[in-house]
Amino acid sequence: MLIAVIVALAVGTYGFRLAGVLLHDRLDLPAPLRRMLPLAAAALLAALAGTAALTDSGGFAGVARPLGVAVGAALAWLKAPFVVVVVSAAATAALLRLAGVP
Amino acid sequence: MRTAERTAAGSLTRDVGAIGLAVFAVGMSFGAIGVASGLPAWAVITMSVVVFAGGAQFMAVGLVAAGNPFAAVFAGLLLNARHLPFGLAVADAVGAGWHRRLVGSHVLIDESVAFTMAQPDPASRRRAYWLTGVTLFLTWNVGGVLGVLLGEAVGDTDALGLDAAFPAGLIALLLPSLRDKQTRDVALAGALVAVVTTPLLPAGLPVLLALSGLLLPLVRRRPGGGGAAVARGGSEHGRGGDPC
Repeated sequence: MLIAVIVALAVGTYGFRLAGVLLHDRLDLPAPLRRMLPLAAAALLAALAGTAALTDSGGFAGVARPLGVAVGAALAWLKAPFVVVVVSAAATAALLRLAGVP
Repeated sequence: MRTAERTAAGSLTRDVGAIGLAVFAVGMSFGAIGVASGLPAWAVITMSVVVFAGGAQFMAVGLVAAGNPFAAVFAGLLLNARHLPFGLAVADAVGAGWHRRLVGSHVLIDESVAFTMAQPDPASRRRAYWLTGVTLFLTWNVGGVLGVLLGEAVGDTDALGLDAAFPAGLIALLLPSLRDKQTRDVALAGALVAVVTTPLLPAGLPVLLALSGLLLPLVRRRPGGGGAAVARGGSEHGRGGDPC
């Protein structure tokens, strides 16, 4: 049963990935639709960032994580280097948790 | 020009390296949690290599441990359906030819898409896609194997704040493209829809619903045509995952 779960997940996930890559050429998308592809990717990535920052298993993610992400986002807004953004976000959340903030 | 190119390539390597380290740590945590929830080591490692999608893997391990294998597959695939539109958007960076497409598709993950979308031209898009995909595939799986071996000791990445590192990294990669007003409106509307619907819908669906943000440019053809979306987008200044 476990093997079946792993195979189904692997085949399905790879199928989604490959389908997108192959369909790009097969589907003769009209130009306006083609121009929407980067917009679609931006919407999905923003949604991933938003839900990962604010929610955890369907509920609110607590305080430490959103604050950590906020510090990272502010630094990114100020054009700080990427590494600084990522490390500051993690450090803020970690320190807040160390101080007992959920 | 040449120096600028070299600098850009250098900073890309450094940035991917930073996310690679975080992915390594979360991969270790997946390995540790996988064996802790009763899965055999081979299953945990195999899943990491052949599925290679963190969110779906954590969810599957939890649901399998809870005795619900069908839900594990269904929820995991719902969560990964976003890879289809992602594939459409980065197909050019994956490259031409069957070999590249078959191999390249497997390393299509959120981060490889985000790094690719942040690049200005076709050559650097391709470099970013492959560098991110291959690096994270290696760090995720080496981390997973170590996690299986080390067990409990490396299970808790929240103590390191890594759960905040990923959304922050995504926001940093998205910010440049959010300078374009249309992209900003679509992305923020999508993020809002996803966050608001997360408590109501099964995992994976809210992120897919973010595609409804694409309706904005369709309904607002006229320049300066108002609407709630403008008020939302205008006040936000592109902070993708901004906590309220």
